[in-house]
Amino acid sequence: MTFRLTILLSAVLVSGWAAAQERPYFVTYSHEMEEPGNLEIEMFNVVGKPTGANRFLGSTVELGYGVKTWWTSEFYLDGQSTANDSTIFTGFRWENRFRPLMGEHWINPVLYVEFENTAADKVLREVVGHDGNADFADPNSVARAEHEREMEFKLILGSNFRGWNISENIIAVKNLANEPWEFGYAWAASRPLKLAASAHKCAFCADRFQAGIEMYGGLGDRYSFGTNQTSQYFGPTINWSSPHGTTLSFSTQFGLNDYSIPRLYRIGISYEIEQFFGRFHRGDQ
Amino acid sequence: MTRRARFLTLAPLAVLCLTLLGLASADGAWLGRVPAADHQRTNPYQGQADAIAAGRNIFEEHCARCHGENAEGKKKRPPLKSQRVQQEASAGDLHWLLYNGNMKKGMPPWAKLPDPQLWQLVSYLKSLHE
Repeated sequence: MTFRLTILLSAVLVSGWAAAQERPYFVTYSHEMEEPGNLEIEMFNVVGKPTGANRFLGSTVELGYGVKTWWTSEFYLDGQSTANDSTIFTGFRWENRFRPLMGEHWINPVLYVEFENTAADKVLREVVGHDGNADFADPNSVARAEHEREMEFKLILGSNFRGWNISENIIAVKNLANEPWEFGYAWAASRPLKLAASAHKCAFCADRFQAGIEMYGGLGDRYSFGTNQTSQYFGPTINWSSPHGTTLSFSTQFGLNDYSIPRLYRIGISYEIEQFFGRFHRGDQ
Repeated sequence: MTRRARFLTLAPLAVLCLTLLGLASADGAWLGRVPAADHQRTNPYQGQADAIAAGRNIFEEHCARCHGENAEGKKKRPPLKSQRVQQEASAGDLHWLLYNGNMKKGMPPWAKLPDPQLWQLVSYLKSLHE
């Protein structure tokens, strides 16, 4: 077991020059899939101070694997820490994304299916229904007693045009405990600061930075569809991809109404290991 | 010949024919799918040393793990110094392949790279025969 762990860690540490061309989005999914055989390890953090509640830090560790060119599978572990309260593990998610159309089109659809089992979750990876300030008011000891077992479905639409990526997500969530369907949306647009690559190997060339905007929010539920009493967020976002496969992302997002958390600060770090299982085959280093 | 005997004779033949047809169209079939307009596109960076150097960097970052450090190919991933890439495919064909991928064969689309970077990559690939 220790030996296997050592091999795994070695593979991560010596993986060298690797690809990373991530979009700088925290909530919105683009239509771009994980390359087959690649493993991406990501950590996302969000810091917020809901009105009338304690400041919190929500964290997610994500493992994403490209099963096929048209199928990406990801597993998440979530946790959160709340000031003047406690730090807890909040649950897990397992998602799968399927790209039904081969090749690149004007608009590229991707189907997303996720199962999650969480409690007192504060990672805000999506906003649906009437999610808002009030959900963050309960102390962790109370909130973690209420488990949410949910199925989440998304229709992801993405386009690339003249260096711009424009992505839209339509979200539907069903709590398996006989609660109504909840809906949400997210959209984002981004572009590299420079389209052509540099002839020299450089870590901080403009083409390694991508900047854009992101907006997302709830759309109510089956009985009260619309934006009434929903939280909405909007903000700029930027990322930097290092030549060695690490991507750092940052965004400040602003709540657009009193129902939203006034400000969210998001930081993400991801690392991509190309041809992960190939590293364990002799002669394929 | 009974119906059963006829089936036992023709079924393996049909399987063999389909297999040969599949093998014949397996490699390079993508070339036949490139629209004429894309086939005729020219590389705005053709022959430019800077574009080739930039393309080399992009190749190392995104392509070398599958196609080999020197584009020699690896296992099921084809070499890129082949006659097909160097002579049969035009710059426009290669750009189309990079943009759309060949997803059924495991080649992902690289539309997430901006167009100038795809052309820089084509410049590098076309320089490999020299």
